[in-house]
Amino acid sequence: MGRFLLRRFISSIPVIIGILALVFALARMIPGDPCRAALGERATDEICDAYNERYGLNDPIHIQFGIYLKDVATGDLGQSFRFGIPVTELLIQRLPTTIELAGAALFIAIIVGVPLGIISGYRHNSKTDVATMIGANIGVAMPVFWLGLMLQYVFAVFLRDTPLALPPSGKLDAGLIPVPFYELWHLPLNGLTEFLSEFTIMNALVTFQWEVFTSASLHLILPAVALATIPMAIIARMTRSSLLDVLGLDYVRTSRAKGLRERSVVLKHALRNAMLPVVTIIGLSFGLLLGGAILTETIFNLTGVGKTLFDAITSRDYTVVQGFTLVVAVSFVIVNLLVDLLYTYLDPRVRVS
Amino acid sequence: MTDEYDDRPLESVEASDEIRDKVRMDLSGGDVSATTTGGLWRTAGREIIRKKSAIVGMALLSILLLLAIFAPVIAPYDPDQVLFDEGVSPRDPPCVHILGCDADQPQHILGIDGNGRDYFSRIVYGSRISLLAAFVAVLFAVFWGTIVGLLAGFFGGWTDNVLMRVMDVLLSFPSLLLAIAVVTVLGPGLINAILAIAIVTIPQYARIVRSSVLSIREQEYVSADRALGVTRWRILAHRIFPNTLTPLIVMATLGIATAVLEIASLSFLGLGVQPPTPEWGSMLAAERNQVFTAPHLVFFAGLMIMWNVLGFNLLGDGLRDAIDPRLGK
Repeated sequence: MGRFLLRRFISSIPVIIGILALVFALARMIPGDPCRAALGERATDEICDAYNERYGLNDPIHIQFGIYLKDVATGDLGQSFRFGIPVTELLIQRLPTTIELAGAALFIAIIVGVPLGIISGYRHNSKTDVATMIGANIGVAMPVFWLGLMLQYVFAVFLRDTPLALPPSGKLDAGLIPVPFYELWHLPLNGLTEFLSEFTIMNALVTFQWEVFTSASLHLILPAVALATIPMAIIARMTRSSLLDVLGLDYVRTSRAKGLRERSVVLKHALRNAMLPVVTIIGLSFGLLLGGAILTETIFNLTGVGKTLFDAITSRDYTVVQGFTLVVAVSFVIVNLLVDLLYTYLDPRVRVS
Repeated sequence: MTDEYDDRPLESVEASDEIRDKVRMDLSGGDVSATTTGGLWRTAGREIIRKKSAIVGMALLSILLLLAIFAPVIAPYDPDQVLFDEGVSPRDPPCVHILGCDADQPQHILGIDGNGRDYFSRIVYGSRISLLAAFVAVLFAVFWGTIVGLLAGFFGGWTDNVLMRVMDVLLSFPSLLLAIAVVTVLGPGLINAILAIAIVTIPQYARIVRSSVLSIREQEYVSADRALGVTRWRILAHRIFPNTLTPLIVMATLGIATAVLEIASLSFLGLGVQPPTPEWGSMLAAERNQVFTAPHLVFFAGLMIMWNVLGFNLLGDGLRDAIDPRLGK
C-alpha cells in the first residue's frame, strides 16, 4: 500500500510541473501590455519601464519561469495588479465561498443522485426508472447558466410571496455583517483564521449568529442546486448502471440463495461494489463543479474563485489569472489523487495489481 | 476466404502470383476491415432503430437540422433586422394570433428582444451556429486526437510518454477553465472559441484512440502483417485506424453535446460569438439582467441549447448501445 501511494504521488509531480509551465506560458501569451492594463492607458513609458523592472517582466522568459517556480514554492503567487494585494491574500478571501458552494452542490448531487440511481437500478425498466433516466438526461443537457437564471426567476419572482421564495443573488441579506469568530474568541488574525472565518455558514454556526446563518444558507440554496444538477444526473446514471451490473453477478445470487433479506442483499452486498465506479465519477465531477462555479458565481453574484478569475481575465490581471488557475488545476489533481487512494482503499484488487 | 483461394485452379505461375498478391493484400489491407466495418455499421443501424432514446435523439436533431438548413424560409424576419418602425417596443412578450393576441398587433411568436429584433428569427438562425460550431470543434479535436493517440499507442516509448504527459496536463484542468484561458490568449470570437474547445478536448480522443491501438497492436493479424513485411504506416492506416473508429464515433457524438454546451458557455461569458451574430449563449447573456421582467428572452435560448445537447447525448448513448451492447445499460 505504501509503495502504491508513493508511486501514485510521484506520478502526479510531472503533471503539476506541466500545469505550472502551461499556466505560466498562457499568462505570458495574453495579448496586451500588463503595465497599461494595471496602471491605465495613460501610464508613460518611464513609469512602465520601472513597473516592468519591478515585476521582472523585462527578464528573459526562462529566468522569469525560474523566479516563478521559486516564488510558487515559497507560497508567493505575486501581487494583484488590480487589487494591489497579494494573490494569496485574495485567495484566502475568495476560496471559501467557492468551497462552500461546490461542497453544498456536491452534497446535494450525492444525496439525491445516489438514491435515485439505486431505486432506478433496482426497479429496472419501471416507471420510476424511466422517469429518473429522462430526468437525468435532461439534467445533463441543461446549461448551468440557464438553469441558474430560471431558478432565480421561479423562486424570486414567481414564488415571491410564498414561503418557498428564495433570495436570487449575493451571499447575505443587505445590511447583515457577520462577525468573524476570531474577533469573538479573541484569537489573532492570521491567514488561517481569516480563511476559516470566510466560510460564512460555518463561521455563523460556531459563533451562534443565527440570523447570518439562516440568511447565508438560504442564499446558498439556488446556486448550489444549479451547480449540482449536472453532477447529480451523472451520479444517478452511473449508480444505476453500476448497480445493474453488480446485481447480475453470481455472488448476489448466492446471497439471495442464502436467504438474506432483499434489503441487505442490495444495500449491503451489492451496493458496496456498485459504488466503486461512482466514487470515480464523484471525483471527476469536481472538475465540472469548478468549471460550473465560474458560471454560477457570475450569475448569482458570488465573489468566489470563479467570478474573481473571470473578472481578472477581462481586466488582464495576469498574476491573479496565473495564481487562481494554478490553484484550481492543482486542487483538481489533488482531488483525483485522493479519489484514486479512496478507490484503492475500497477495492483491494487495485492494490494487488 | 480460404475457400475462395482453394476453388481457383493454379494454371500458371502468373495466376499463383496473382493469388499470392491477393492474400497479401487481404492480410494487410483495407478490404477485410472495410467489410467488417460495413457489417458492423449495418448491425448497428438495425440495433439503433430499436432504441427509443436514439430515435428521440435523432428526431430532436432532425428538427434542429431542418431549422438550420431552412432558416431563411422558416424565419419570418432577418435575424438582424430592427423592427421599431413596425410598431414594436423592446422586449415585447410573445404575440401569437391564434392564442388570443390582438390581430392588430404584428405576430412575433417568441416576442421581441432588447434591440427590437424578432426573437424567433434569431433563435432559428442560432441553430446554424450552434450545430456548425460544435461539429467543427469536435472534428478538429478528433483529427488531432486521433493523430496523437495513433502515434503514442503505436510507437510507444518516449513518443508515447511525451505525448501522453502533455495530454495529462491538459486533462488536469477543468475543461471550461482551460477553454476560457485559451480564448483569453487567442482573443474572443467564434473561431477562437471553436479552437479553444477543440484543444481542450483533444486529450479525450487521444486517450481513447491510444488505448484501442494498444490492444489492437498485440493482435495476431498485426503480427502477421509485420512478418509479411508490411510497412508500419500501412499497418497504422489500414489495420489499426479502422478499428479505432467505433469508440471514436460514439465519443465524438457525445462530445458534440459537450461542445455545444461549452461554446454556449463561452459566448455567455462574452468570450465566444460576439453580438449581433445570433447565437443562443450570447443572446441569453445579452438579456440575462432582464430575466425578472422578460423571462421569455432567457427561457427560449436556453431551451434550444438543451434541445441540441439532449439530441446528441441521446443519439450518442443509442449509438454506443447499438455498437457495443456491453458498454451501456
